[in-house]
Amino acid sequence: MTDTNETRPQMPLGLAQRGYSGIIQHLSAKDAGSALSDIELESRLIELGFVEGARVEVLHEGLVGRDPIAVRVDNITIAVRRREAMAIIVA
Amino acid sequence: MEAPLLHLALVGTPNSGKTSLFNALTGSRQKVANYPGVTVERKEGFFVTPLGRQVSVVDLPGTYSLRGRSPDEEITRDFVLGKASGESVPDLVLCVADSTNLRLTIRLLLELKRTGRPMVLVLNMFDIAARRGINVDAERLAKELGVPVVTSIAVRKGGTADLLTLTDDISAGLAAEPQENSWRALGVGELRATQREADRIIADCVSLPSRPDTWTARIDAVVLHPVAGLLVLALILFVMFQAVFAWAQPLMQLLNSGFDALGEFVHASLPAGLLQSFLQNGVISGVGSVIVFLPQIIIIFLFILLLEDFGYMARAAFLMDRIMGGAGLHGRAFIPLLSSFACAIPGIMATRVIDNKRDRLTTILIAPLMTCSARIPVYTLIISAFIPARDVWGFINLQGLVMFGLYAAGIVSALLVSFLIKFFMLRDYAPAPFMLELPDYKMPRPKSIAIGVYTRAKMFLHRAGTTIFSMMVLIWFLASFPQPPAGATEPAIEFSLAAIIGKAIAPLLAPVGFNWQIAVALIPGMAAREVAVAALGTVYAIEGGKEAAEQIGQVLATKWSLATALSMLAWYIFAPQCASTLAVIRRETGSWTWMAVTFTYMLVLAYAASLVTYNVAVALGAG
Ligand SMILES: Nc1nc2c(ncn2[C@@H]2O[C@H](COP(=O)(O)OP(=O)(O)OP(=O)(O)O)[C@@H](O)[C@H]2O)c(=O)[nH]1
Ligand SMILES: [Mg+2]
Repeated sequence: MTDTNETRPQMPLGLAQRGYSGIIQHLSAKDAGSALSDIELESRLIELGFVEGARVEVLHEGLVGRDPIAVRVDNITIAVRRREAMAIIVA
Repeated sequence: MEAPLLHLALVGTPNSGKTSLFNALTGSRQKVANYPGVTVERKEGFFVTPLGRQVSVVDLPGTYSLRGRSPDEEITRDFVLGKASGESVPDLVLCVADSTNLRLTIRLLLELKRTGRPMVLVLNMFDIAARRGINVDAERLAKELGVPVVTSIAVRKGGTADLLTLTDDISAGLAAEPQENSWRALGVGELRATQREADRIIADCVSLPSRPDTWTARIDAVVLHPVAGLLVLALILFVMFQAVFAWAQPLMQLLNSGFDALGEFVHASLPAGLLQSFLQNGVISGVGSVIVFLPQIIIIFLFILLLEDFGYMARAAFLMDRIMGGAGLHGRAFIPLLSSFACAIPGIMATRVIDNKRDRLTTILIAPLMTCSARIPVYTLIISAFIPARDVWGFINLQGLVMFGLYAAGIVSALLVSFLIKFFMLRDYAPAPFMLELPDYKMPRPKSIAIGVYTRAKMFLHRAGTTIFSMMVLIWFLASFPQPPAGATEPAIEFSLAAIIGKAIAPLLAPVGFNWQIAVALIPGMAAREVAVAALGTVYAIEGGKEAAEQIGQVLATKWSLATALSMLAWYIFAPQCASTLAVIRRETGSWTWMAVTFTYMLVLAYAASLVTYNVAVALGAG
């Protein structure tokens, strides 16, 4: 892990602004408030490549409430709602 | 002894090119498009390998895992595990990967290995990977994964040659006795571990250039911009509806004059009588009045196909997500609803990608409100007859604007209905998640667009030749018999069964401004929407007598008030006039109840909308 990541505070990806780039620290589905069960949400996030250590970047945001967001994970782009992105803790 | 049929299955993450590969191998024309979730059914095809082995190959819906979260993913899971009724497990699983995006597929492959099926990793879209400078050490990958690896370019001629050769090699040595199936649904921990393992293997075998697809990034900077993106979306829809009117006009006029000339020819060359009337009024005025709309159907499909192949659909879903979510719709409902603009049937099938049962049901219920292409003939006919073709603000065609308004009315009412469903029936509703891969843009390939348009045009003409034609025979018969008594002074049709039936129902429809001719046209119109146009064509042609060479549009302009015309437009936004759609709703929901619910609510809405429209129009002096 690089210095910048150690000094940066951890935060949910759901709060990140456009242009934010960071590394996934862990997944925490129970705080996200998604309609999915914790296990289901976590499984789906992993299936789309959101695993610890992956680099993510917020590329685009929607108009209303800056939601949803388009996130670059490794070399694919995934659209997610901020509510689900709250489960992804980044730094 | 002849070798038995070899069974292959195409499995892979969504949008990796499975269907393209299926089409390339078998010469089929299954639907291919650049967004995840195109295929929602199992499709079987056949081919022969270079060494002459007979092969059956099954195309399956894309999936990220074998958990089977939604109906389409269940199809894939059940097939791979051999749970599908009456099916045996595939002899060989072709795991198809998008070479530019291996992470998710390799994880899926590691999961698939547990099923014990012999497997091959197909690195598809290898052309794109090569262009981007992505280097895959296939040999090492094969060793690490323990399965053969082959590259392919599904959309290029000869792009599957290596795969064919490999199939021959493997099929010769396939173990006869089945392997142990140790698959069970992966827990979160195992899932994470497999993804780690996949990432490690990729780090060892694949060298990625650091530059992503710059074109996609540049286009998305505009297309996904919060403000500019919505403007682009509105502009695309607007141009589409203007084009449906403006571009199609010359061709439609040509077809119109063609049918007119044909009608006159029949009139002139046959003796007056039943045969002449049947050909001129039933076939040419009836079926012809529907075929005239072929250019418009082609244009709307051309637009939809171009957007699908380019990769815009997933972006539109992204832009619309909040608005759809506000109406209580699932994030993945957008693409099924958009497909319903072409036809509600594939739209309703496409709802299989929605995991939540209730969300899926809501989407199915509102899909028929989207303006499908079968409404185009009805809308165009009435608009051309009653709305002047002038420009507003100098550049917007008023007819195109009204058309746009009708589409908008369909969308808004669908959102409202969805909102009401959630509000009244599903109070404990929590918004379903939206997670969708946004694929890189791809240049639409002219050949696949041409095939797509051709298929749709053929389907339209086929319907005209079957459903519409048979309904027309019925209508012509009803409108021609019984023949008037000798010496009758009124038009012959006044004595016909059609008039009797129409006049019996007309009182029900009088409050919405429909006359008996409309009433009788709406009955066969229950089979398919365009039939009403054809039926009106026939009824008015017979009523007009033998000299009536006028086009149906001109006839309507003299026979209907503006209020009736507007009421008819309002009716068609909602009316459930499509037997096939109702049948698909029954099949996909597995219940007659939901079919009945759809039929009833749409009919009630249609009546209410027409009632309001007619009375307001009359009050404003358009009666
Ligand atoms: N350049 C290139 N494009 C490809 C190749 N294979 C597929 N495509 C394109 O990739 C897109 C997706 O192809 P599909 O065949 O629909 O993918 P699929 O795996 O069947 O997708 P789902 O049914 O949604 O799971 C389409 O736009 C294809 O034209 C390839 O080898 N090279
Ligand atoms: Mg497919």
